[in-house]
Parts: sequence; structure tokens; C-alpha cells
Amino acid sequence: MIRRRTGPGLAAIGHALPWAIVIIYFYAAPDHLGFGTQVIIWILFAMSLDLALGYAGILTLGQAGFFGLGAYAAGLFAIDVSPDPLLGHLAAVAIAASFGAVTGAMILHTSGVTLLMLTLAIVSVLSEYANQARSLTGGDDGLQGIKLDPIFGMFEFNIFGKTAYVYAALVLFAWFLVAWRLVRSPFGRSLDGIRQNPRRMRAIGTPVWWRLVAIYTISAAMAGSAGALSAHATRFVGLSVLSLLTSGIVTVALILGGTRRIYGAFLGATIYFVVQDYSAKISPFFWEFVVGGMLILTVLLLDGGLLDLGPAALRLRDRWRGAEKDRE
Amino acid sequence: MTAPPTALSVRGLSKNFGALVVAQAIDLDLAPGARVALIGPNGAGKTTFVNLLTGFLEPDSGTIAVAGETLIGLRPEQRVKRGLVRTHQISTLLFDNTARENVAIAVAEREGFAWRMMRFGKEWRACCEEAQGRLEEMEIGAAADRRVSELPYGEQRLIEIAIALSLRPRVLLLDEPAAGVPSHETELIHQALDRLPEGIAILIIEHDMDVVFRFAQEIVVLVQGRILVRGTPAAVSADPGVRAVYLGKTAV
Repeated sequence: MIRRRTGPGLAAIGHALPWAIVIIYFYAAPDHLGFGTQVIIWILFAMSLDLALGYAGILTLGQAGFFGLGAYAAGLFAIDVSPDPLLGHLAAVAIAASFGAVTGAMILHTSGVTLLMLTLAIVSVLSEYANQARSLTGGDDGLQGIKLDPIFGMFEFNIFGKTAYVYAALVLFAWFLVAWRLVRSPFGRSLDGIRQNPRRMRAIGTPVWWRLVAIYTISAAMAGSAGALSAHATRFVGLSVLSLLTSGIVTVALILGGTRRIYGAFLGATIYFVVQDYSAKISPFFWEFVVGGMLILTVLLLDGGLLDLGPAALRLRDRWRGAEKDRE
Repeated sequence: MTAPPTALSVRGLSKNFGALVVAQAIDLDLAPGARVALIGPNGAGKTTFVNLLTGFLEPDSGTIAVAGETLIGLRPEQRVKRGLVRTHQISTLLFDNTARENVAIAVAEREGFAWRMMRFGKEWRACCEEAQGRLEEMEIGAAADRRVSELPYGEQRLIEIAIALSLRPRVLLLDEPAAGVPSHETELIHQALDRLPEGIAILIIEHDMDVVFRFAQEIVVLVQGRILVRGTPAAVSADPGVRAVYLGKTAV
């Protein structure tokens, strides 16, 4: 990967900014922590998709399956097993990861449209199962009655959502560190190679299928973690977590922000939900128009999503200055 | 008297696509350090033969062994680990990456570092250093930091060879290493071929007779999926059967 050289100062600001916003938001908008938590959860969800779709090039519309599985697992764990949120979170991650490993092993020898359809089929089966198994999941009424113990016995989940916000932010930070390291590792570089040219990678001895199953499993674990956060933060799991629309939204958010950047997930999910929130106040249909328009413009004009907006503006400025020099 | 050890040993390799015979009882031995060219008219089965060796096709019958170890039933990436490495006719590099990264990824794969997800700093630096050395062997060390897609085609071909060598092959299949290279760059490729490590058995598949005669100690002529003749360049070019095939006479 070749990256544009930026000064160390600029890079540090780039790293600090998103986390500064996460912290400032906590103090600046105490009445809207629920919204903030939702955005954080979707950042994590989009980041999980970035690992599979962005870095490894696994064409998938099944990411909602892992998110929903994580959410239902966390919810059911709290109801039926133990109200400990951290144990429930771990269980949800383990279940989503296992499901990712098993389904990944089954489908990742395919690629392209075939793979896309298989991921679609798997999430549809899950969704229909959740719909039919009313006694387990509550069907289309959703899973209700989730009660959680305080985290570490100290921090209680309450209606103001302070605990949920901090909890989600910390989980996001932990996964961010994992993802940041992972994509720079030899493993991450081999995934980048597989995305570009699987045949080349086989020619240097790469077990392509195993690598893909591995990253698919990690991605599933991360998406399951986001689902568990969602179940814990709202104490409710609706059927929509397993819908195709959920897969679609997370894909739109990721592409808006920019794939293969990690921070693209941050920007994309934030913009998606902020725009949704604001324009939905104007008209319930208007926001889809706005988001759709933004997506089209982003894909047409910016290689790297909205995260590329700054560099693209710099290039325009350079070109403008170059043109001025030519005139002189 | 013991038989000399063979790097590559192919026995009775056959493959049909329905009624079409694409490989017919092919026997081929390469000693360590061999420099053999595989030639033949279009459709003779050269590509099929390479695919059979590398494992992208399974033969109907026959055996393939590298240094006495059978490759039959192994997947292509496993055969690479056994020492059978190929280069591609068309550049199949990772074009978004730098030249050094392209080689370093292969080194990491060879060393088994490519599964490392978290602790890798020292190992990855070692891979990059070796990659730099491999590029310098090909005399393209100066291009190490440049994106492969920006490099001239001849240099891309040399990166391809550097990657293959970094996998420490026993047997190296060079699939038209000079194909598509503009004439002012071919000399670079020639020199690189001359410098290939002596111990490696090399089978070069090539149409360009300049390359063949300059590089090969022996030539194998493949026609309609079978070996027509194997011999020194002089013997092969004098062979009436070969002349018939290449000049299109209805002799034999």
C-alpha cells in the first residue's frame, strides 16, 4: 500500500480527531447519548465489513447475519443464562465468530456474484428462522425483557445511556486497535494480495481459502460484537437486525466513508446517521434521497470515499495554482 | 551405480478433455541445474503441461515428483512449498503495491510469517530487507519503492522472477519471460536469465528462438500433447521432424 506522505503532526491530528469527538460528544450532548451510542455501534459494524469487503475483497451482503446473531445471542444470554453484560458480550462474539467460520468455510471457495448470492441466502435463512422461532426470539415483536447487571457491578445501564455510551466507545477502541494492527500485519498484506489477485497469491504458496475463512471469522466476531452492543444498549432486539436492509445500510455507510481506511467506517457511519437524523426531520422520505445522492456523488468523484475529500481538495488547489503559474 | 538425483521427474503424464488428447504419456526429467527449453507450435499443449505440473489441472494418469517427493494430489500452493515455482506469461503482480512489498509478501509466505496478525515488526522488516536484496540481484533495487503499476514492463518481468527466486525453488518454470517486453528492454531479461542461481532446474517455455538458443542447454519439442524430440539446440534445429512441424511440411 502506498500512502500519500503526510507530516507526523497532521497524522497525529488525524488519529486524535475521531476519538476527541467521541469524548467531547459525551460531555457536549448528554441528552443525545443514545444517538451517539447508535453511531458508535454502526462504526464498529462498518469496520467489521471493511475487513471482509474492503481489505480481503469478500463480496458479501451477509454482514447483518453476524450483527443480528450477536444481538440475539447477547439478548438471549441475558434473559436465559446470566445478566452479566461482559459474559453475554463474549458469548455473542464467540457465537458470531463460530457461525462466520462455519459458513465461511462453506462458501469462500466461490467468488463474485456466486459468493454474493450465497451470503444473501445465509442471512435470509437466519432472518426467516428468527421470524418463525417466536418462542425463542419473539418473532416480529422482537426480543423483550432484557435485563442487565451493572458492568463490573458498578456501572448501571440507565435511561440516560451514559454507561452504554462509554461501554460502546471502549469496545470500539479495543476493536479499532485490533483492526489497525491487523491490516498492517503480514496477514493483512496477504489479504490485500488476495483481493488484488488470488491466482498470484496461490502461485507464491498462499493458502487462499484458509486466509479468507480466517478474516471472515474475525469480521464476523466484530460484527457480532456490534450486535451485542446494540442489544445491550437498547435492551431490545428487533427482527430488522437480520434484514437485508441492515446489510445494505452498513455497506452504504462504509462506501460513503471510504473502504480500506479503517477511519472510513468512522466517517461513513457518522455521516449516514447524522444526515438521516436531520433530514428525516424535514421529511421522512427526503433523507433517503439525500443519502442516495451523496453515495452517487462519492462513488463517482472520490476514489476513497468522503475520507478522500481533503486530499481531493488539495489536488484541486494544486491544479489551480499550477494553472495560475502557467498563465504568468 | 546410483542414478543422479533428479530435480523434476515426470512419468507417463496424460490428460484428455473428452476426445481431445492434450497430454499423452509425457516423460520428462530435469537434473538440478538443468536449463531446458520447452517449445512447440500453438496448441501443442505447453500451457496444459504447465497447469498439470503446477496443479491447476489434475492429470488422468502419470506421476510428478520434485526431488523424489510426489506432487500428485497436492494443491497448487502446496506444490510451491515443495519447491515447484512458476512465473506467469502475463504480469500477475500486485499492481497497487510497491516492488519491494510484492517480493516481501512472497518471502513472508515462504517463512510462514504470513499468518502473523499482531506481533510482526521484526519479521516483516527482515522480509523487506531480503526483498530489497532480491530486487538488487535483478538490478532493479532502485525501483523498490515504486508502485508496480508505474514501472516499465521489462522491470515488472524482473520483479516476477525476483518473486519466484525468493520462494527458493528447486524447479522453476519460466513461462515466456520475455513475452511482450519491448526490444530495448529484452537485454535486461537476457542478463537476468544468465544470472539465475546454478542449482535450480529451469524449464523455460518460450516462443522467441533467440532466448531459447541463448539460454537452453537442451530443447524439448512438444507437439499435440507428446514429446516429439529432446536434444541439444543444434540437434533439435537439424531434426527433420521438428522442421516439418515448424515449417508446415507434410513430411514424416
